[in-house]
Amino acid sequence: MNLDSLLSEAISLFNGINDAVELEQAKARYLGRKGSLTELLKGLGKLSPEERPVMGSRINQAKETLEAALNLRRDAIQKKKLEAQLVEETLDVTLPGRGLGTGGLHPITHTLERIQSLFGSIGFAVVSGPEIETDFYNFTALNIPENHPARAMHDTFYIDDGSEGHLLRTHTSPVQIRYMQSNAPPLKIIAPGRVYRRDSDLTHTPMFHQVEGLWVDENANFSVLKGVLADFMQHFFERDDLPVRFRASFFPFTEPSAEMDIGCVMCRSGCRVCSYTGWLEVLGCGMVHPNVLKHVDIDSEKYMGFAFGMGVERLAMLRYGVNDLRLFFENDLRFLRRFN
Amino acid sequence: MKFSENWLRTFVDPPLSASDLAHVLTMAGLEVEAVEPVAPAFSRVVVAEVLSVEKHPDADHLNVCQVDAGSATGGEPLQIVCGAANVRAGIKVPCALAGAQLPGIAINPASIRGVESCGMLCSARELGLEDVMSGLLLLPDDAPIGEDFRDYYELDDNLFTLKLTPNRADCLGLSGVAREVAAITSANLNVLEMNPVPGQTSEALTVQVDAPDACSLYCGRVIRGISLDVSTPQWMIRRLERSGIRAINAVVDVTNYVMLETGQPLHAFDLEKITGALTGTIHVRHAKSGETLQLLNGETLTLQPDMLLIADEAKALALAGIMGGNESMVEQGASDLFLESAFFSPGVIAGKSFRLGFNTDSAHRFERGVDFAATRDALERATALVLAICGGRAGPITEVKGALPQRDPINLRSKRAARVLGIELGEVRIAELLQRLRFPFSCAGDVFRVTPPTYRFDLSVEEDLIEELARIYGYDHIPANSPHAALRILPEYEAVRTPSQPRQILVGRDYQEVINYAFVDALWELELAGNTTPAVLKNPLSTQMSVMRSSLLGGLVSNLQFNLNRSQARVRLFEAGRCFMRKGETYDQSEKLAGLCYGNAMAEQWGVSAREVDFYDAKADIEALFWPLAVRFEAASHPAFHPGKSARIQVGEQIAGYAGELHPHWRQKIGLPKSAVLFELDLKILMTRPPRVAAEIPKYPPVRRDIAMVVSEDVTVQALLDCMQTEKLPVISEISPFDIYRGKGVENGKKSLAFRVLLQDTEKTLTDAEADLAIAKLINILERQLGARLRD
Repeated sequence: MNLDSLLSEAISLFNGINDAVELEQAKARYLGRKGSLTELLKGLGKLSPEERPVMGSRINQAKETLEAALNLRRDAIQKKKLEAQLVEETLDVTLPGRGLGTGGLHPITHTLERIQSLFGSIGFAVVSGPEIETDFYNFTALNIPENHPARAMHDTFYIDDGSEGHLLRTHTSPVQIRYMQSNAPPLKIIAPGRVYRRDSDLTHTPMFHQVEGLWVDENANFSVLKGVLADFMQHFFERDDLPVRFRASFFPFTEPSAEMDIGCVMCRSGCRVCSYTGWLEVLGCGMVHPNVLKHVDIDSEKYMGFAFGMGVERLAMLRYGVNDLRLFFENDLRFLRRFN
Repeated sequence: MKFSENWLRTFVDPPLSASDLAHVLTMAGLEVEAVEPVAPAFSRVVVAEVLSVEKHPDADHLNVCQVDAGSATGGEPLQIVCGAANVRAGIKVPCALAGAQLPGIAINPASIRGVESCGMLCSARELGLEDVMSGLLLLPDDAPIGEDFRDYYELDDNLFTLKLTPNRADCLGLSGVAREVAAITSANLNVLEMNPVPGQTSEALTVQVDAPDACSLYCGRVIRGISLDVSTPQWMIRRLERSGIRAINAVVDVTNYVMLETGQPLHAFDLEKITGALTGTIHVRHAKSGETLQLLNGETLTLQPDMLLIADEAKALALAGIMGGNESMVEQGASDLFLESAFFSPGVIAGKSFRLGFNTDSAHRFERGVDFAATRDALERATALVLAICGGRAGPITEVKGALPQRDPINLRSKRAARVLGIELGEVRIAELLQRLRFPFSCAGDVFRVTPPTYRFDLSVEEDLIEELARIYGYDHIPANSPHAALRILPEYEAVRTPSQPRQILVGRDYQEVINYAFVDALWELELAGNTTPAVLKNPLSTQMSVMRSSLLGGLVSNLQFNLNRSQARVRLFEAGRCFMRKGETYDQSEKLAGLCYGNAMAEQWGVSAREVDFYDAKADIEALFWPLAVRFEAASHPAFHPGKSARIQVGEQIAGYAGELHPHWRQKIGLPKSAVLFELDLKILMTRPPRVAAEIPKYPPVRRDIAMVVSEDVTVQALLDCMQTEKLPVISEISPFDIYRGKGVENGKKSLAFRVLLQDTEKTLTDAEADLAIAKLINILERQLGARLRD
């Protein structure tokens, strides 16, 4: 058989093979120890010295051509094999991910964190105080003497330990006193925490959360109080156009005192939540009473300040559209997971 | 405080609608809780008289009435078919004429079972005045026939309900509210005229005030020969009722009426019941210990020495300023009175009604402060009304006066007002505002010297007056300004984690946060927390909420139960909050963080075989929480936990908490199908973190050797680790257990523990010989100290 037909026979054989092992076997038929091409090389010796180099180089060329054809075929087989493997390995990427899920924070915590970060952005530090308080810090130091009618409004829980003085704080305001006793002005704090009142019905739970705020400085006046709190509410509800208003009110530890209302965030023209008034009471505030400053040895001629206290549950209800206060403390997972 | 708008408008009548008036009052600090019309809208209802009543020929329950409705119907009687049971000839009733619009119904002439009916006789319910059906509304005999019923009953009126703050007792009377409206709106104020009624007789009781501090003004007078057979005038009853006070008899009604009008509570005694009558003496004194008094409400009270009494020579007559006594009350048939108007100090009345468990209109006013300049006037006013309604002759007023409260002038600096409010009002405006408030003042430069009025008990310092200025000026007119202050960066401590960090770690590990009440069942405290001396509430809402928690575990367990009952199979919860432990005279109130896991370790999913959560899952969560702080778990008992599956968690020398599986006893008690794993940690320790300091990265490769040691079952992993630590080999950089094996090749009662040991030299590459030597030392010490044996 001549070299050319041998070559074309081999190449067509290689190209018909789809298996790597088979290909190597086919290779042996031409290039192996007893392969046709190898035999031809061996036969070179029988040729004349003139023919030998010519035939030699032709055979070598044919060998290279075969090797190249082999490599091409090897790559093609390899590629095909890989493609098949990849197809076989294909995942259903729509199957759910494995492992632990993710939990979540309580809506009250979300609300508290939001309040803290908004006030934190203008430099209010976060402080805290005890929940079993003394009569002094909860009332007396806040200008609420014994038998003051304001005490009756607080529905206080008392601790039965023979001391007469221990009670569950009815508001976060005692933190003001504790903080002012141990820190000199200027002061700028908020005090979030749990408070307790002996009241339990549709709209009251015996424990709830408040955030107290206090700013004592040389120029912390009533107009700044209005500015800071209006700014806060608008950012809390993410509404620049949220209407706010300040009404005269009474707290024994502030003078002047005010209640802050915001325009109802649930309706446009009156609903059950705002008792059809269009306004929601959200916060009590005022200028720190000079008697309170006197209790903690702050010169009320040099410094003045304002304080405020807000109900966290109320803000959370309005922000997240919760219509029943008691849901916050039932801890039903079906409720809680909505806030994750 | 509830009152009729029309009544208020007799004192002050600003050109404002009811809702606008409510708005200005609310903004000025007298919050109007409600403005409700006295009656719903209706028209063409007049006073009419039923002339005759005949049975309807075709209906058993109906009557055919001839009705005189006056001039509105041309004077001719109307024929009206009526089904009311109480209809009869001669009564006067409201009658809806043809064309009338009643709430929800229009009245037109109709034929009722064949009989023409030209209107409707009305019940209170049909007019929207009452909710219950109680027959035709019967009107007094003198009701003028034909008069529009709305006019006759004064129904074009609104009920105002004020939610007064405790400092504004001056607005617990109409005249005070009127004064306030006048100040806010600048409207003209009609001051109530109090004309003295001169004594027509000289009959008087002796009054002796034995407690002058408690009662610094006492006025009383005798009125004899009155008749209680008269009825209280309709206009007075109407005003009383619209303030929520029921009419009783003319004398009591007058005392209530004057109280509503002036804010001054009054009391009338039946003179006959006073020991000695006209020759008797009225004492104002403190009660004697053990003395008793039967009150108007029927309750017999054992009096305490700090309670103030009105008494005669023999007995207590009334609890001064709070409630009258049953025996001396004025009832039908009484003909002689002793009428009292006094000023009782707020401090004497305050707190008493709270202690007694009931409140009265009188106590409510006295404990907040009543105008002591109007005490006598109110008595004159009441006298005039009693005489006008009940007849009789009044004696002279007996007045005992002591040291009345001081009203010291307060300096009000306009500069200070500007500084506090952030707006310059100026002296002219301040003077105008003070005039509107009717506060007496003088002025020198920018300092006003203001005398608080006798009816205000809440004005004692400059800020009180500044608030008054701001209120009347309007809080709305004070601008809202952005703060200007020195900026300071808040400190940030790297060794303290933020409160949200531990929470976020647990959220990332599939825990849901809960918040529970801090008061719990005493039994929980005892059995779950082992606390025998909890902080107990004196006045709990219920026994389930009677003590303060020292542990968060109970709350989590009850949350678990709650959610299992709502078809949740896998529950992972945590709570952070204060816990309370008695510590001598005070309380430790540190914060804790507790977690609970129940059900499968992972939510049911493909490719993961279901496995119940166990102690070691929770342990990994705890280690993640403390990381990079090193924690040690030591077997220790805890009342809430399974005794063999319970650990104390140590961080250095400090106890950082407990973890364990819920005690089977508890599991059974609350019917848990599976066991729950719980932990409770000290949040303060959890919040600390070691300082961050860089370390050299090792230049030479570590060598790993694994060793498996066979030890008795009772030897803990921690014991092996601690034992190996004692060798203090510097080349060992880490030892960690990675396998535990029991079974073939390890005898009963023993276990094989495999450790991975990483060895490293910071100076050079470790040789095999050095590594072998170190490992041999470890094996040796384990053999010697713990009876361990290298596993073949």
